Amino acid sequence: MKLHEYQAKSIFRKYGIPVPDGEVALTAERAAEIAAGFTGKVVIKAQVHVGGRGKAGGVKLAEGKAEAEKTAAAILGMDLKGLTVEKVLVEKAIDIDKEYYISFAMDRAKHMAVFISSVMGGVDIEEVAKKSPESINKSYIDPFMDLKDFHIRPFLKQAGLEKEACADATKIIRNLYKIFLETDANLVEINPLVITKDKKVIAADAKMDIDDNAMYRQQEIYAMLKEELEKQPEHQAKQKGLSYIKMEGNIGCIVNGAGLSMATMDIIKLYGGEPANFLDIGGSSNPEKVKYAMQLLMSDKNVKVALFNIFGGITRCDDVARGLISAISELKVPFPIVVRLTGTNSVEAKEILKGSELIFEETMIGAAKKAVGLVAR
Amino acid sequence: MSILIDESTKVIVQGITGRDGSFHAKKMLEYGTKVVAGVTPGKGGHKEHDIPVYDGMAEAVKATGANTSIIFVPPVFAADAVYEAADSGVALIIIVTEGLPVHDMLKIDRYLRSKNIRYIGPNCPGLISPGKSKVGIMSADIHLKGGVGVVSRSGTLTYEVVYNMTKAGIGQSTCIGIGGDPIVGTSFIDALTLFEKDPETTAVAMIGEIGGSDEEEAAKFIATMKKPVVSFIAGRTAPPGKRMGHAGAIISGTSGTAEAKIRALNDAGVEVANTPQGIAELLAHKLTVGAAG
Repeated sequence: MKLHEYQAKSIFRKYGIPVPDGEVALTAERAAEIAAGFTGKVVIKAQVHVGGRGKAGGVKLAEGKAEAEKTAAAILGMDLKGLTVEKVLVEKAIDIDKEYYISFAMDRAKHMAVFISSVMGGVDIEEVAKKSPESINKSYIDPFMDLKDFHIRPFLKQAGLEKEACADATKIIRNLYKIFLETDANLVEINPLVITKDKKVIAADAKMDIDDNAMYRQQEIYAMLKEELEKQPEHQAKQKGLSYIKMEGNIGCIVNGAGLSMATMDIIKLYGGEPANFLDIGGSSNPEKVKYAMQLLMSDKNVKVALFNIFGGITRCDDVARGLISAISELKVPFPIVVRLTGTNSVEAKEILKGSELIFEETMIGAAKKAVGLVAR
Repeated sequence: MSILIDESTKVIVQGITGRDGSFHAKKMLEYGTKVVAGVTPGKGGHKEHDIPVYDGMAEAVKATGANTSIIFVPPVFAADAVYEAADSGVALIIIVTEGLPVHDMLKIDRYLRSKNIRYIGPNCPGLISPGKSKVGIMSADIHLKGGVGVVSRSGTLTYEVVYNMTKAGIGQSTCIGIGGDPIVGTSFIDALTLFEKDPETTAVAMIGEIGGSDEEEAAKFIATMKKPVVSFIAGRTAPPGKRMGHAGAIISGTSGTAEAKIRALNDAGVEVANTPQGIAELLAHKLTVGAAG
């Protein structure tokens, strides 16, 4: 789960990593008040989970209360790559001398945490990796050894920092690693890490991504995210044991298993349709889950047809069928439902569903073709 | 032959008194797997489906001579269970548990590798060598004994593939689900290496999905293999930045896309099916050509 910059910076402060003075605002008026508390220029930064906010117009400088209010008003409500800006961070602008990149991340291939640094800060690290890979240093960290000086030295050397800045940067890197470990982060990133004209080392930006699997022991962070999460249909679904991701198409999918769900979406596309969602109802198949899945599809106004693709194993097809029956009888499902059930207890399932208005198909491809055909009509 | 498990595999079920552990212990036993013991701390001395239950792994291994453990322990206690298995002397650990934090996995991985213990998963369905042994949660009846090795990051998608293979009369030597997490103990390359060496395996089906670079790495290895490999990659329609059910199924920035994986496999001469059913067709063709040649 990703944290917003202002949330990550509040954690940075707690761990002694210097960040610019600032506060988050939900309205332009509040942004103006915050700006009025600072002398000189302020930066107003959109708080949305997209990369390249600056280029997209989500980060602007302003001076004085009136200008801050105007700028914040322009950014709030703005659409940034499909996401609406609901919060802005108002910070005192800093005088940048040099910019660097530092992060701790998971290297999936090496099965290790890695300290990544670059002297090319303030730009997208993927771009840097393509254009000037020589500017990037990577140090892999044994989880039983922790972070050592030798992991950090290549960066300090390449950055050519003066003695005092060197000590400050080292402290920041060590604290960043502490955050990485203690918050169960997949990623903690400072881009850019700034050396100001008066030689201070400051985290000008902050990015954190926390492992969903560790949320049970990261209650403080969960509390921070809770309000925003609860508004998301994806999160509501997760609370009920379903994995849901909304897409732009009109064929609603209900599938058991993540891989099969993805493959079902792919096949819809292959036969000329567009999936409305990814939806994995998971291993157990209690009828309530199936009903909730149908409600999710119904809450998406784009859905024109539902496609059930169930491969019974642990999931019993007759359970899914019972859920389906209760869904159709209790909810007014406004679209046709194509059903493909194979595997454990599929014969019993078909018996249960006999006489219903469902459209049965024997294979995954047959079901996908049928759904695509129904939408095209 | 088959890989990793066969008739002689002796299995301990960790978490055998839990709902899933108990259910699958029974199913494995019914299949003919030698489930010799179960472990649940505090439940020592009990029996579950006539299988003796022990308090700890050390005594269970000592009493039964088991060489394999399968773990159904909930995520909060799973790391402890894995370390206990590692110190008990078993050579193979299958972690079915979904939801282990990645930071825990970093340490588990390091520790198990230092002891030369092979592990599969976490977040995996386990494995089956049809007709010999099943150490996992897949339903047995869709499988058929034969010569194709199957390796996959996903559960039900694999069942779909195997079901179609069996329907077409194409049997399997061993089917192994390596798991949907970002860090897993047995990679595609590890499984491919074993299949390449296994005399019974004549071809391999590799089922990948978005996220990470395991398929790309595997492609390079396949180019050096003698046995034919066919593939399917799920997630062509997956949007970037979203976790598609599996913790490891995520396109980060521009890396881990299905396109990149399919390209890497095609470049290595691997045919990639457009549908899970297509795997069976590709295999049927490869095996006929192989037999004729």
